[in-house]
Amino acid sequence: MTTAVETMQDIPFTIGGRSFHSRLMVGTGKYRDNDTMARAIDASGAEIVTVAVRRVDLDRTKEEGVLYHLDAKRYFLLANTAGCYTAEDAVRYARLAREAGFNEFIKLEVIGDQETLLPDVQGLLVAARTLVAEGFKVLAYTNEDLVTALRLEDAGCAAVMPLASPIGSGLGLLNPFGVRTIKRRLKVPVVVDAGVGTASDACLTMEQGVDGILMNTALAAARDPVAMARAMRWAVEAGRTAYLAGRMPKREVAMPSSTLEGMLD
Amino acid sequence: MNDTVDVTVNGEPRAVARGATLLELLESLALDPRAVVVEHNRTIVRRPRLAAITVAPGDAIELVHFVGGG
Repeated sequence: MTTAVETMQDIPFTIGGRSFHSRLMVGTGKYRDNDTMARAIDASGAEIVTVAVRRVDLDRTKEEGVLYHLDAKRYFLLANTAGCYTAEDAVRYARLAREAGFNEFIKLEVIGDQETLLPDVQGLLVAARTLVAEGFKVLAYTNEDLVTALRLEDAGCAAVMPLASPIGSGLGLLNPFGVRTIKRRLKVPVVVDAGVGTASDACLTMEQGVDGILMNTALAAARDPVAMARAMRWAVEAGRTAYLAGRMPKREVAMPSSTLEGMLD
Repeated sequence: MNDTVDVTVNGEPRAVARGATLLELLESLALDPRAVVVEHNRTIVRRPRLAAITVAPGDAIELVHFVGGG
């Protein structure tokens, strides 16, 4: 007997009118060297790659820009406003990023607290409205608060990016309910950003039904970033496929997998 | 008359040749204008305009590019 193998049909991952194959987005920060970064990003299968805007080092004592190590034709570059603590600063960085000439997408961060790097949601909303009005496609880094997520959607954001846990913490998905609720209620894509530490975190996050994940430190700070990138690629695919497959209901009591029929007397 | 003007580039004081344009400033710093974004007194200056703007005393100039980030 043969069984036809059906390929799971997924909807395309579309943000701001652009479609992507990979639901894994990766950052470029904190790698031990640029070669490791390039190989890890390659292994991750990611198409969307984030970068930050900073001053050129005029003394050339530090590394050159990240674009020397990243094929801007191969990857879709998503600039962030990391490090900005006011809406005004975030808007300034976004404008500078757009001027670099790659696209009008911006990963908007307005940070409200130095220790936790949690978002300042009021500043975030102000900056989001300004940038949307200027034609930006805004992907807003936020917390797992539904009401803020709804406001960001109303403001015209192209995607909302709730955190799994604080940036760089690797604590994994702390509030699956919050993230799931945001995904259920929003029409725009929901991409979990920050806090994923290892493959099981990524898988569990995708099982909530979110559209994608953005991670950086989980790869950069792994002992072997290239191997972890490969694991994350599989974990995102596994979690997404499991979500589409629809998990079995949980039960508080056991149910035998083997039939009781035909048992000996 | 002094043949340089004092400006601020990326937060640091710097003396620039009097009458130099933003494009000439980039050249003097060995920077490729295609690889940096220029902000002049809080206004972004697009590449074709770099040769049209002369640096004046007290100007604040920011030269930025993309670096690693998450």
